[in-house]
Amino acid sequence: MINLQLPISEAAIRELKMGDEVLISGLMVTARDAAHKYIHENWPDWLKPVMEDSMIYHCGPVVKQHEDGSWSFVAAGPTTSIREEPYEAAVMEYYKVRAVIGKGGMGAKTLEGLAKSGGVYLHAIGGLAASLAKSVVKVHDVYMLDELGVPEAFWHIEVKDFPAVVTMDSHGGSLHKAIKAKSDEVAKKLISE
Amino acid sequence: MFQYDEKVLKDQLLELIRLAATDLPKDVVESIQAAQQNEDEDSAARSVFGMILKNIELARVESTPICQDTGTNIYLVHIPEGVGMRKLTALIHEATAEAVDKSYLRPNAVDSLTGKNSGNNIGEGQPFIHFEEWDNDYIEFKLMLKGGGCENVSTQYKLPDVGLGAGRDLDGVYKVIVDAVNQAQGLGCAPGILGIGVGGDRSTSHLTAKSQLFRKMTDTNPNSDLAKMESKLLADLNELGVGPMGFGGKTTILGVKMGTMHRLPASFFVSISYMCWAYRRHSMILNVKGEVTYD
Repeated sequence: MINLQLPISEAAIRELKMGDEVLISGLMVTARDAAHKYIHENWPDWLKPVMEDSMIYHCGPVVKQHEDGSWSFVAAGPTTSIREEPYEAAVMEYYKVRAVIGKGGMGAKTLEGLAKSGGVYLHAIGGLAASLAKSVVKVHDVYMLDELGVPEAFWHIEVKDFPAVVTMDSHGGSLHKAIKAKSDEVAKKLISE
Repeated sequence: MFQYDEKVLKDQLLELIRLAATDLPKDVVESIQAAQQNEDEDSAARSVFGMILKNIELARVESTPICQDTGTNIYLVHIPEGVGMRKLTALIHEATAEAVDKSYLRPNAVDSLTGKNSGNNIGEGQPFIHFEEWDNDYIEFKLMLKGGGCENVSTQYKLPDVGLGAGRDLDGVYKVIVDAVNQAQGLGCAPGILGIGVGGDRSTSHLTAKSQLFRKMTDTNPNSDLAKMESKLLADLNELGVGPMGFGGKTTILGVKMGTMHRLPASFFVSISYMCWAYRRHSMILNVKGEVTYD
């Protein structure tokens, strides 16, 4: 198990290899479909300090607002990452994002981007919402809540010992590619029988 | 004439929603436990199942959603003759909005043109409520929460499918299902449960597929051909090696449930409704005395 403290350097991220299990602590930001579309159309400067040497979490949480106005995460597992495939490599390079956390893995364009700009794809367990919400120890801020709504807003969160697995690294390794190649073989055999 | 207290029923429906969102049904949990035991010691698959089972327990104990995507809320309601559907719909809506306030549900209804989230999980076609009249003297509410990740890998084929060599028979049905599960990989939060609809038109085929997901994991299909095909598919699909979350392993699918509908001579649809392991469904029966039982 490898502990990753955010912010994290490009060099430290490049040391990670496919299959490494990690525990993440520090400040990161959630961004999913509408957020990625918004970034791609606006490239806002205010995101630079939020994202640089940090991580994007593909997550649309269930949140609770307390009487003093503060927020906490009630349920916060990963959402499917492949929908951000058109945007992610460019977003990671522009904002120097060191990892995206999500589920299901991403495609060739992102894999190439990870090698180029120095990043990894971290797979969290889908449906682990109650447990992963416990790893979110504080909600620091929320951006564009009115415009994007609760699931799609940028939530700036502090996590502690957030568990994930490196399934795509900066050396071209992708667990998703390897598993798919094997299951393609089996499927072909089953279908031709 | 069937009568009920509206305020009381609203609260009973709220409890149904809370159960669906936070308490995975026993038959599903047992199926996941058995799958964990079947995976190799020290494998990633076994460890993933361990985390999944811990999360299921935590969600139940703390009454928080198992998954943050509390999904499309799909209701199948059976009513005795004479019970009004509009009133029940209004009560379901009321309970839904309250469930969002209590953080049992995420506000999950987005205007498809403006992108605006309605904020209370209510919108056009959300929640989805299907009514059927029956001869019993009680009302049954079945509720399933189906998230977007698994809905996105759900799909529909029309036979024949030349690319897969799938003809218009059960063998052709088998081939497209293998293809669908292989394409889905771990994206729908594997291991999944498949609801299959064979026949119908484009929409009733999907409805048949989804309705199958209200069956218990352990039941047997009354049609012996379909029962055989369900067992064969379950065994063969687990040869794919996709494993929980697509990390590799022996468990790619937990169950296959198939149903049929008559089709037009020209059409042969096969619909595959993929349900994630967070297979959230519960039901509630309301009797004439106003008492409810949950399953």
